[in-house]
Parts: sequence; structure tokens; C-alpha cells
Amino acid sequence: MSRPRFLVTASPHLRGPATTPTIMWNVVGSLVPIILAATFYFGIGALLVIGSATAGAMLTEALFGRKGSLGDGSAAITGLLLGLILPPGFPLWMAFIGGVVSIAFGKLIFGGLGQNIFNPALLGRAFLQAAFPVAITTWVEPRGGWLTLPAQMTSVPFMGAGDVDVVTSATPLGLWKFERIGTELWNLMVGHIGGSLGETSGLLIIVCGGYLALRNFLNWRIPISIFISVAVLSGLLHLIDASRYPSPLFMLFSGGLMLGAWFMATDMVTSPVTNKGCWVFGAGVGALVVIIRAWGGMPEGVMYAILLMNALVPYINEWTQPKVFGTRLTEAPS
Amino acid sequence: MPRKTTPRQDLTRGVWRENPVLIQMLGLCPALAVTNTVVNAIAMGLATFFVLFFSSLLVATFKRLIPSEVRISAYILIIATFVTIVDMTLEAVVPEIHKALGAFIALIVVNCIILGRQEAFASKNTVPRALLDAVGTGFGFIIALLLMGGIREIFGYGSFLGFPLFGANYEPWIIFILPPGGFFTIGFILLALNWWQRRQEERAKAAELAEVAVGRAA
Repeated sequence: MSRPRFLVTASPHLRGPATTPTIMWNVVGSLVPIILAATFYFGIGALLVIGSATAGAMLTEALFGRKGSLGDGSAAITGLLLGLILPPGFPLWMAFIGGVVSIAFGKLIFGGLGQNIFNPALLGRAFLQAAFPVAITTWVEPRGGWLTLPAQMTSVPFMGAGDVDVVTSATPLGLWKFERIGTELWNLMVGHIGGSLGETSGLLIIVCGGYLALRNFLNWRIPISIFISVAVLSGLLHLIDASRYPSPLFMLFSGGLMLGAWFMATDMVTSPVTNKGCWVFGAGVGALVVIIRAWGGMPEGVMYAILLMNALVPYINEWTQPKVFGTRLTEAPS
Repeated sequence: MPRKTTPRQDLTRGVWRENPVLIQMLGLCPALAVTNTVVNAIAMGLATFFVLFFSSLLVATFKRLIPSEVRISAYILIIATFVTIVDMTLEAVVPEIHKALGAFIALIVVNCIILGRQEAFASKNTVPRALLDAVGTGFGFIIALLLMGGIREIFGYGSFLGFPLFGANYEPWIIFILPPGGFFTIGFILLALNWWQRRQEERAKAAELAEVAVGRAA
């Protein structure tokens, strides 16, 4: 049969080569250096925590997800990201439950990939934060020894560790909030600090996130607008009272801001679809981060800032809808 | 014209088929707020049961005397009387539970299950049938609260009715005794219930189809 000479099809006519699995597995690849850095700083236990969170996420997707949805890699990303925002020495069974909750209540209950309102990994962490507030704020000292596992980490499922002494260290944000002690900036940037597994090395996260931005797998406007918003607002506060509010660079490189801005806020499902909307979204996240860190009860607020802005995404999409080509922009003056 | 029901249906329908919380989704406020332990759930359930029973009794008795223009305020007055009795009794007999339930005892006055039963049933039916209906609905409410309280206490404290189930080392899931845990739990229960109901319907349909096929073959 000869091809028709005039082919009529429905749009889209131009397709990019990137498919969901390509993008997702690229994101997984870009997370590998961050995972390696976490292992370098916190020892082999980091791999175990990240591994159990990922196992929980992927197992849930395999059991309850649509057929073949495990292969698109999104469950793996959720699990890895969840593992990276957990504290080192987090009990493994809790990390596993976090992975299950992330996928089951963060994603599948809304109808699977593309339907969820909130970032699944952050939702899982919010659940863990509410369920096990003590365990998730126990920050194990980095470089405790490569192969040593903190005792509470391997506790029997559903059981606490009892009275175990762990060497803990406060996070830079906690130090600032509760004791007004600053942290040396270089240590902050390379990650030689206490904190969640994958959040410590800001410079490395910039490199990995930058790769994704260059490949156009994430919208660079979101992290950039978050950084601008945080820098401007915290800069203003710092000018007003430098003893109460830390410098903008400290704000940018401490806590989960880098990881959140590059990998969580840019989640394609839960961020706005328009470029203008991305600027609004990022500015909102940055403002909420500064507000929570400056005046909130907790030292860190990236998680709740992103989750709150996730909830606003449908409205942002509506407000920033581009004008349809061919319709009149404004009423002509008469 | 209201649907005709048998007295037996009046009694049983509120327990499960038209369960006030799980099916009608009424009275969610106490069901979410005070079910973090089994004891609280039972106390709340019994208090509501008592108020519902006697309010239905009075409303059904005086249904011809209450002018329909002011019926809602009359019902509220009757309900509030019994709520005050419950409130004072609980405070005198079990002060700890009274403290744990807090404002939610006084809020039984505006519990839509009770007001709903008065408006929809007790004010239109005879006294015995109104009482049957109140008993059924009250039991349905207690069952729903017990389900919620049981799940939340087992996860949130690792105990049931105060008896530890998993030993001293149990790591409680704090979220289940917090308000979000209430929403999670009711979500779980409704999910399971709907899934089960849908499966029942599918089975019934399959059985029907099989019957038709058998009939054709014969």
C-alpha cells in the first residue's frame, strides 16, 4: 500500500527523544554521586538507609502500581530521594516504612505517576517526621567510622533501641537556631557537617542538578528563583539584624535547600507547567523557607515550604495560563 | 411518603448498612478528635448513645406538641438537656476521661447524627420505633469509634485498653495519636470498606451472570 501523499494527523507533530524512563533514569544517574558522597561522609550505613527506603518504595510500586510502572524509574527516584533526606543512622525499618508511605499515599492513592499533588518523597518524610519525631531528629556525627553502624539503626522492626548512647551532632541550622553558633562556610559547601544524608554537600548537588538542567530534564527557573528569593529575603533580614539572621550564603548552603531546590521542587508532576508559573512557584518556596527558618519553631523548613507550594500549583497554573495564539491580548482602546 | 421499613430494619440498619460514620459520613468531628485511645472512644460512644436514646424518646413522645416552625430549636433544647446530664455525670464519676474528652462532650449537642435522627426519623415515627432506630444508630456510632480507637491506640501507644501489647521497647507511631492520624485511620477504614463492598457487588454480578448462563443452557 502506498503512503498517502497528504498525511493528516492530530498534534503533536514534533516529538522530542526524551521519554519518561529516559528522564527518570537520568535523574537516578545524577543522584549516584550524591549517594557516594553520603557514603563517604557517613559510612556504609548511609547506603543501608537509602537502600531500605528505595526497597520500600519499589516494592510498593511493584505490588500495587500499574503493570510495568516500576520500569519508568519514578519509584526508584522517590525511594532514593527519601533516603537522602533522612538522617544518618535512621532505623532501617522506619526508612522502609517511609518508602512504602511515599509511594502508597504520596502517589498511588492519587492514581499513580502524573496524578499526585505532593512530592511523594517529601510526603513520606513528613509522615516519618510526625510518626517518629525523636528518631528523625537524631543527627549522627559524620565520620563515625566507615563500617560502624549506630545501634539504633539495626533495631528490630516496630521496636525502639532502648537506651543507647549515640554520638550526635547538631545540624548547622539547629546550631544557629538554638545556640546562635555559625558554621564555617567552606565546611558547609563541601558537606563536612551534620545533617541528612544527601543534603550536606551543596557544591556536589549544584553539579548534579546542573547536569539535569543542561539536559533540560528539569526547569532551571525553579531552583534559580528559589535561590534568588532566599538570597534577597535573607539578605534583607541579615542587613536588619546580623546577630539574629544568618547570611544569605549560609541560608543557601545549609539544610535541605540545595537538594530540595534542585531535585524536589523541580519534580515534573508537582511543579507548574508554565515558565512564568515556575518563577512564582520558586519565589514562593524561597519565601516560605526564609519565613519558617527565621520565625518558625523548627530549624529547617524546606520540606514544608515545597509541600505547601505543591498544593498551590493548580492555582499557579491557572493564573499563568498563556494567551491562546490569535486571541486578542487586551481590549483595543476605543 | 417515607419508605416503609420493618421494625427489624429500623434496629439493624444503623449498625452497619447505614452506619452513621462509615457510610453516612456524619459525626466525623468526634470520630476524628477523641478516638486516640480505646477508652476515650468507648466513653464518647456511650455518651452519644445515651443522648441519642433519650432525645429520640422525648422527641418521638412530643412530636405532636412541637410546632414545626421551631422544631429544630426544640430538638436542640432536648438534646442539650441530656448532654448536660452526661457532662456532669462524667465529671463526677470519671474525671480523667472527662478531661480527655474536653469540649467534645459539650459538642455532642451539635452532633449531626443525633439531630439528623430526630429530624429524619424520631419526629415522624412511633416511640418504640424511634427507640429501635436510636439503639441501632448508637451502636453503629460506637462500632465506628471502637474501630478508630483500636487502630489508633495499637499503633500510637502499642497498647489496647491500656494494656501494652508489644513489650516496653515498642516504638510508638506518634502520628496516630495526633490529628493527622485520625484522618489517616478513617481513610484506611473507608478504603478497606469500599474495596470490600465493590468486591461483594462484583461477586453478586458474577453469580447472577452464571445463573443466567445456567438457565440458558438448561
